[in-house]
Amino acid sequence: MFEQFGILPVDIAMGVIVSWLLLGVSGLALKPSYITRYVFPVSAFGSLVLALAGLAGLTETSSAILPFGLPGLPFHLRMDALTSFFLLLLGSASVGISLFSAGYFRNMEKGALALLTLEYHVFMAAMALVFMADDAYLFMVAWESMALSSYFLVTTDHDKLEVRRAGFLYLLIAHVGAIAILMAFGVMQGGHGDYTFDTMRHAHLSPFWASVTFLLALFGFGAKAGVLPLHAWLPEAHPAAPSPVSAMMSGIMLKTAIYGMLRVTFDLLGTQLWWWGVLALTLGLITALFGVIFAAVQEDMKRLLAYSSIENIGLILVGFGLALIFHHFDKDTLAALALTATLYHAVNHAFMKGLLFLGTGSVLHATGERNLARLGGLIHKMPRLALLMLVGALATAGLPPLNGFVSEWLLLQAFLFSPGLPHDYISMLVPIAAAAVALTAALAGYVMVKFYGVIFLGQPRDEKLAQVHDAGIWERIGMTWMAIGCIALGVLPVFVILHLDHVTDMLVHQSLAPSAAKSGWLLLTPINAESASYGPLILLFCIVIGVLLTVSVVKRFYHGRLRRGAAWDCGYPAQTARMQDSAEGFGQPIRHIFTNFVEVVRKLPAPNDLHPHYHAETRDRLWELCYVPIRRLNEAISAQVGKLQHGRIHVYLLYSFLTLLALLAFVK
Amino acid sequence: MSISALLHQLFQNVLVLLAAPLLLGWINQCRAWLQNRSGPGVLQPFRTLLKLFHKDAVLAHNASALFRATPYILFACMWLAAALVPVIATDMPLSPAVDVIALVGIFALARVFIALAAMDIGTSFGTMGARREMLVGFLAEPALLMVLFTASAISHSTSLITIVETLAHKQFVLYPSMAFAAVAFIMVLLAENARIPVDNPTTHLELTMIHEAMVLEYSARHLALVEWASALKLLAYATIGIALFVPWGIAGIGDWGALPGAMLLMFLKLAIVGAGLALLETLSAKMRIFRVPEFMGTAFLLAVLGLLTHFLLESGA
Repeated sequence: MFEQFGILPVDIAMGVIVSWLLLGVSGLALKPSYITRYVFPVSAFGSLVLALAGLAGLTETSSAILPFGLPGLPFHLRMDALTSFFLLLLGSASVGISLFSAGYFRNMEKGALALLTLEYHVFMAAMALVFMADDAYLFMVAWESMALSSYFLVTTDHDKLEVRRAGFLYLLIAHVGAIAILMAFGVMQGGHGDYTFDTMRHAHLSPFWASVTFLLALFGFGAKAGVLPLHAWLPEAHPAAPSPVSAMMSGIMLKTAIYGMLRVTFDLLGTQLWWWGVLALTLGLITALFGVIFAAVQEDMKRLLAYSSIENIGLILVGFGLALIFHHFDKDTLAALALTATLYHAVNHAFMKGLLFLGTGSVLHATGERNLARLGGLIHKMPRLALLMLVGALATAGLPPLNGFVSEWLLLQAFLFSPGLPHDYISMLVPIAAAAVALTAALAGYVMVKFYGVIFLGQPRDEKLAQVHDAGIWERIGMTWMAIGCIALGVLPVFVILHLDHVTDMLVHQSLAPSAAKSGWLLLTPINAESASYGPLILLFCIVIGVLLTVSVVKRFYHGRLRRGAAWDCGYPAQTARMQDSAEGFGQPIRHIFTNFVEVVRKLPAPNDLHPHYHAETRDRLWELCYVPIRRLNEAISAQVGKLQHGRIHVYLLYSFLTLLALLAFVK
Repeated sequence: MSISALLHQLFQNVLVLLAAPLLLGWINQCRAWLQNRSGPGVLQPFRTLLKLFHKDAVLAHNASALFRATPYILFACMWLAAALVPVIATDMPLSPAVDVIALVGIFALARVFIALAAMDIGTSFGTMGARREMLVGFLAEPALLMVLFTASAISHSTSLITIVETLAHKQFVLYPSMAFAAVAFIMVLLAENARIPVDNPTTHLELTMIHEAMVLEYSARHLALVEWASALKLLAYATIGIALFVPWGIAGIGDWGALPGAMLLMFLKLAIVGAGLALLETLSAKMRIFRVPEFMGTAFLLAVLGLLTHFLLESGA
C-alpha cells in the first residue's frame, strides 16, 4: 500500500506510536475542552492509520532496529503477519473507543483529565509495542508499561477504596504473570544470552524444556487474559475503570495475552506437543463455562460484561488448544480452521465487547448507576443508544447474521470435522468439548437477554431515570463505528478470512483461502462447499425480505388500527416497576441449576420482620480455594520472617556482620 | 441456480405458510379425538388467524418499537427456517446459505427477540415468561445442535441437503448414535414448541405458562403473527425430525416426476408425526417448572451421548 513511497508498514506504525506519545504529553499542557475536542479525535485518526499499516503489513514483513535501550541491546521491531493482524485489531477497535472518549471525558476536571490522557495514550502505544517487539527485552518493557499505564487508568477514581483495591489486585496478578513470562523467555533463549526472538526461533529446545516454556507462557499470559484460576482481577478491575478504559482493556488488552500465546507456541517454539493443546482446550472450556455462568448471576452491568469477557477468552483458548492438537497430528487444514476461528473471535470480541462497555459508559453517564436493580426502560429515553446496544448484545449472544456467530460457527466446524485423531481419549474429548462450547454459546444468549432486557426494556426501576438523556454525539459516533464493525465482520466473513489467511499461513503453514473463496464472496466455505457453507448476507437478505413482505401484506390487507391501553398482565391492575424481574431474579434459574459452581449467601427475613428484606449474594468459590490459602501462606511466612526484625540496632549489626562473614567465606 | 430450483423454493415457501396452521389444527383435532371430544376441525387455526387479523391492535402504553417489530422479525425468521428444511425435494437454492448450525442460530435469534419483547412492557408475567423461555432455550439449543451434529458427522457435512441425501440414499443401517439423537430430538421438540410436558399451549394458567406468558401482551395482528410463527416453528421441527430420521421418499435434484409422490408421502409423514405428538401429549402430564431443567438436561446428555457414540464406535467405519 505504501511501498511506492519507500515507507515500510513498520515505519508508519512507529510514527503512530510516537504521535500517540506526543498527544499524551500534550494533554498535560492543553485546556480540558481542547483535549476532548482535538486530542482524542486526532488519536482516533492515528488508530485508523495504524489499522491501515497493519493491513499492509499482513502481506509483507518489515523490521527495524531502534538505537534505544541499553548499550549493546537495541530494540528490535518486526511486523510480520501475526503482528500486523493484532495491530489491525488494536487500530480498528481503538478508533471507536477514542472517538467515544472525546465525548465521554468532557466533564472531567483538568488535572485528572490531563493524567488520564497521558496514561491512555501510553497504554495504547505500549500495546502496539508489545505486538511489534522482536526481542524479549523490548517485549518486557512494553508489557510492563502496558500493565502500569492500565493500572493507573483503572485507579482513575482512586479516592474510592474499592477502586484502589481492584487496582492493587490487578497489579499483583499482572506482575505474577509477568514473572512467568520473563522466565519463559529465559528458558527459550537456551543459554545463548541473546534475547532476540530470532535466536529463540533457532534454539531447538528439548521436549521437556519446551513444555516448561509452554507452561510458563500459559500461566503468564493466562494471568493477563483472565484464564481460570487467574481471573480474579477481571471482574474487579473492569467495573472500577472508566468505561472507555474497560472497553480498551477487555477488547484489546486481553488480546495481547492471546498474541503472546500464539507467538510463543507457534512461532518461537519449534515443536508443539499434543497435550499442550489438550491442556489449553480443557482450561478454555472451564474458563468459558465459568465465565458465562457467573455472568448470568451478576447484578452490576460492568461486572456482568467482565465475566462475559472471561467466557470469550475461554472460547478463544479453546480454538487455540484445538489448533495445537490438530497441528501436532499434521491435520493442518483443520489447524488452520481452528486458528482462523481463534483469531476471528479475538477481533469479534474486541468490537462487540468494546461496544457494550462503551454503552455501559453512556448509561453510567446518563444515570449514574451501574446496578441493574436500579435501571430499566432506557429504550424510551435513550433510543439511539438502545439500538446500538441491541447490535452489541445480539453479536455477543452469538446470533446470526452478526459477527459473534461467525467465529462460533467456524469453531464448531473445526470440532465437527475432527474425527480420526489417533488417541481415543482425544476423540472422546472432542464431542464433549463441542457440547460444552454449544452450551456456553446458548448461555451467552441468556446473559445478553438479561443484560439488555433489564437495562433497556421494561419499566424504569428508579424515579431518577425519568430525567435521563440520550448519549452525546461523540459517544454515538464511537459506538456506531463499533456497531458497524460488528455487522461488517458478521456479513462479510470471506473478506476477513482472506486476510486472516496470511496469519494462519505463517503459523501453521496452511491457508484456507483457496477453498474459502471458491464459492464467491457470498458464501463462506472453509473446507469445501459440500461439507459446510454459510452465507450471512443471504440470510440477512432473506430475513429482511421476509419482514418487509410481511409488513406490506399485513398493512395492505388490514385496516392497521392501533389503540394504546394499559398492559393486560392477566388482568392484574396494580402493577409496579418492582414487580418485574430484577437482575437477581432473572439469574435465579442459573443459580439454581449450577448450585455447585456458585456459592450463594442468602439473607432471609425473620418471620416477624416489619421491613423484610431478601438478599442473595453470589460468590466465587475459587476465591476461597485458590487465593485465600496463598494469602494465608504468605502471611505465615511473613510472620516467621518478621521474627528477625527486633528493631534493636545491635541485632541488625550482628546480621550485617554474619552476612559479611558468609560472603567472605563464599568469595574465598 | 436453475429456474426449476428457484420455482421449487418459492413453492415450498408458500407451502409451509399454509401447511403450518394445518399441522397445528391436525394435532388439536387428534387430541380432541383422543379425549373423546368432537374437536373444532383441522381448519380452526386459520379461522383464529383470520379473526385475529381483523381485530384492532391494543398496545400497552410503554410498548417500544422493539415490541412492535418483534412479531415481524419472529415471523420472518420462522418462515425462513421452515422454508429451508428439505420437505419434498432436495433441490433448494437457499440451502447453501444456511447450514444446520445457522438454522439453530435462526431459532436462537427468534427466541432472543421474543424474550426481549416479553420484557419490554415490564409486567411480572412477561419477564417471568422470558426468563423461563431462556431457561428452556439454553438447554434445548445445545441439545438440538448435538442432534444435528450427529447427523452431520455421519454424512460429513453440515448442509441439510447433503445430510438428507446421504441418509435417504444410503443403504439402510441402524446407527446407534441416531437412536440416542432421536430420543433427544423428541424431547427438544416438545420443549421448544411449548408442548406438554414442558409447557401447555392451550392454557393461560398463570403460574405454569412459559410461551403464553411471553405473548400475553400481544393482540390482533401482532398476536396472529406470533401464533403463525409458532406454528411455523412446529412445522420446521417436525420436518427436521422427518429429514433426519425418516428421510426416505424425498425427490432428488431435477426429479420432477417424483414430486407429487414425495409430496403425498410428506403429508402422510406429517400426519403421523402430528398424531404421535397428540398421543404423547395426551398420555403425559405437565411437569413442574423446577423439573424442566432435569428434563432438558437429560435431552442434552442423550444428544451428547449420541455424538460420543458416533465418534467412538462409528467413525472408524
